[in-house]
Amino acid sequence: MTTSSTTSSRWRALTRHHLFWPVAVLVLLLLVNVPFTPDFFSVRMADGHLYGSLVSIVLFGSPLILVAVGMTLVIATGGIDLSVGAVVAITGALACSYISDQHDQGALSGVLLAMGLGLLAAVVCGLWNGFLVARMGIQPIIATLIIMVAGRGVAQLITDGQIITINSEPYKLIGGGYWLTLPFSIFVVAAVVAVTVALTRRTALGLLVEAVGGNAEASRLVGIRSRRIKIMVYMFCALCAGIAGLMISSNTSAADGNNAGLWIELDAILAVVIGGTSLLGGRFSIGGTVVGALVIQTLTTTIYTIGVPTQTNLVFKAAVVIVVCLLQSPKFRAKVFGAKFAARFAAKGGAKPAAATADPAAATEAAPKMEVS
Amino acid sequence: MAEPRPVLEMAGIVKEFPGVRALSDVDFRLFPGEIHALMGENGAGKSTLIKVLTGVYSLDGGTITLDGRSVRIASPLQAQQAGISTVYQEVNLCPNLSVAENIFIGREPTRMGRIQWKRLRREAAELVDRLGLDIDVSAPLSSYPLAVQQLVAIVRSLNTGAGDGEGPGTKVLILDEPTSSLDRDEVLQLFALMRRLKEEGVAILFVSHFLDQIYEVCDRMTVLRNGTLVGEHMVSDLDQVGLVQLMLGKAMGQLDELHEHQLRSDAGDTLVQADGLGRTGGIAPFDLEIRKGEVIGLAGLLGSGRTELARLLFGADQPDTGKVTIGGRRVSMSAPNDAIGAGVAFCSENRKSEGLVPDLTVRENIILALQASRGWTRPIPVAQRDELVAKYIKALDIRPANPEARVGQLSGGNQQKVLLARWLITQPKLLILDEPTRGIDIGAKAEIQKLVVSLSEEGMSVLYIAAELEEVLRLSHTIGVLRDRRLVAQIANGPEITTSRILETIASGEHQ
Repeated sequence: MTTSSTTSSRWRALTRHHLFWPVAVLVLLLLVNVPFTPDFFSVRMADGHLYGSLVSIVLFGSPLILVAVGMTLVIATGGIDLSVGAVVAITGALACSYISDQHDQGALSGVLLAMGLGLLAAVVCGLWNGFLVARMGIQPIIATLIIMVAGRGVAQLITDGQIITINSEPYKLIGGGYWLTLPFSIFVVAAVVAVTVALTRRTALGLLVEAVGGNAEASRLVGIRSRRIKIMVYMFCALCAGIAGLMISSNTSAADGNNAGLWIELDAILAVVIGGTSLLGGRFSIGGTVVGALVIQTLTTTIYTIGVPTQTNLVFKAAVVIVVCLLQSPKFRAKVFGAKFAARFAAKGGAKPAAATADPAAATEAAPKMEVS
Repeated sequence: MAEPRPVLEMAGIVKEFPGVRALSDVDFRLFPGEIHALMGENGAGKSTLIKVLTGVYSLDGGTITLDGRSVRIASPLQAQQAGISTVYQEVNLCPNLSVAENIFIGREPTRMGRIQWKRLRREAAELVDRLGLDIDVSAPLSSYPLAVQQLVAIVRSLNTGAGDGEGPGTKVLILDEPTSSLDRDEVLQLFALMRRLKEEGVAILFVSHFLDQIYEVCDRMTVLRNGTLVGEHMVSDLDQVGLVQLMLGKAMGQLDELHEHQLRSDAGDTLVQADGLGRTGGIAPFDLEIRKGEVIGLAGLLGSGRTELARLLFGADQPDTGKVTIGGRRVSMSAPNDAIGAGVAFCSENRKSEGLVPDLTVRENIILALQASRGWTRPIPVAQRDELVAKYIKALDIRPANPEARVGQLSGGNQQKVLLARWLITQPKLLILDEPTRGIDIGAKAEIQKLVVSLSEEGMSVLYIAAELEEVLRLSHTIGVLRDRRLVAQIANGPEITTSRILETIASGEHQ
């Protein structure tokens, strides 16, 4: 911090920022697309709607962002929620089957009621998860596995094993409609993210969540009602998944109990990790998670645009994810870049910014972690 | 030079953390066959220097010379390979494995991929024998007391340095507060081993907060203060008072003043009344009255039920029997919340596992208890929060005085102060301090004790637990003596009460 050169210290502060690596990876991924799709960054107007790759990435990434934002809080408490994919399916199934039973599928009141019903079911799922984890003391991964497996069955029951298709204009708006030239789902995501940030950072909820995840016993001994907080967080996570479920079923105008939100829990966990929140709990970053979810969606888009054969695209995705995770690891960076750079530049007084950044950051981040483990 | 060549020489060592210069231009040397004490207050840079030497932290400046050759130590493994072995305060071994397995773990002698168990046990037994220890190497480590486990850790670290016979052998052995949880006999056992290793030419770097131990076993000492080198002295040339003055940078006498403040035992009304409070397996039912402004010290051996008593009064464990009234109101004690609501605060003896949230900042850790009592919907207004935090950082002299610093990076004494600040901010009526001065240096110890006295004068009641009887005696109006998980006596403090009388009570279980 006492470096003489201001550009160096500014650069250092920038690379130390918790969003630096996720954003860097996102930008890199976006740039990879340009040689394959020269007009990748262009956004054009047609029929009063904005179109373009960037818009589609956000549009298709919306459900993932929602699920990942809820997952972030659960992970911050030291837990995990595997049931979100099933909750997506249940919510969509319930909402669509209610709408399909109406005479007038386009009636706003019916649609609102359907959405309310779906979200209520989601919140009940969250309450169940929270109850098992916080009250019964069951390990989160096991507790949420129950709904992950059983939830799809429930969704099938609701839809009688069929794919329910509906034809409802108001319902279509959530996941497939446009407002002010932009896809409506972008506004939904923006609202949820804003509410989450306000809820965690404008109140003390964020601090208490981080305390519970960072040291559960210490939190109990300072009088934090950690059970209540955990239940709330699982409910919130399920609510986010529920909104994502409405969005997905609205986008296709159909409820598919089998495939809606399939494996979204894994993408969401990945997004949270890429966003810089530790799976051990404690510090979390909603902004990081949003970037993380965009990274994953961009990756999916990129796989299609650069023409990776379909049968290998999961392997390709896995490879990129490994690289991203390695880049984020301070230890890895120190090993690959740090030692070399540090040795070379330390002798010259460490004036070069790149050298000054990698090593000290890595050392201070890595060192306390060793004590913990 | 008349002196022999040092085995280890560190020159101009610099280590910086964000916002803190932990070491600036520190020189340090270590000669073969000596026991060298590294002295300084908490936060003076002792641990940092050791971590730089063992490769846990990277250097920001300076050189390390080992056996006349300049070395770069980038990891703990490299340090071991270079012949620098370390044993930390906490024993990092596997209690469920045998002593022999622990000594050789990760480096078992193998033939064609199979572990040669007989050879492993034989070699372990030889090692243990050579060092004059009487340990059955095939018994599980957990069957031995902590002190023996510590010795096994030393044996293991010596053997690590030796490698597979290719390595240079251990030249430097670092013992970071190995004695803090040992009793007197166990300490002597450790010292015997240290002297034996010294005769074999090993250079030992010894860190301890017990000055008497330093004077008993060490030859030379290096004193650090605020990350800078104060001086290097032969132990025989510097007396304890001189040493403490060097460490603190100011004259002593603080602790003596306490006696003057003391004994103004005109405590007020009853604040806490416990009747028949007890918990099976924890502590037998006891009655205890704590008056307003009274300091009650708990004396007793480790495991005598001191902590268990404190935890019941805080609701950290739930009592099976009895009741507690605080300020005339019955408190159920089914959870810490109940006690906190009634104005009780509790600083656990386990700072790391039960106190701090290491990933959070100093500020967040300080406001945690107050925020928890307000609930999540009512955050403390930013201006008020910053003012409170700044006030307590200043009042308790928490270093670095940076509310954004991560608490995990602070030294032990400063972490303890953060915990104190966390509870003082809630303005409790009863403050329970369980071993608040353990593992922290004499300067911080004196500050915390002075704080207890002034809090008591302001009318706060304090339940004070400490292993050192002098400390309990110095601070308390009333001394509760525990033995075998039973509160056996409550003694009003006075001029005629001495540590030996307390010891008698602990030994006999009754107070004459």
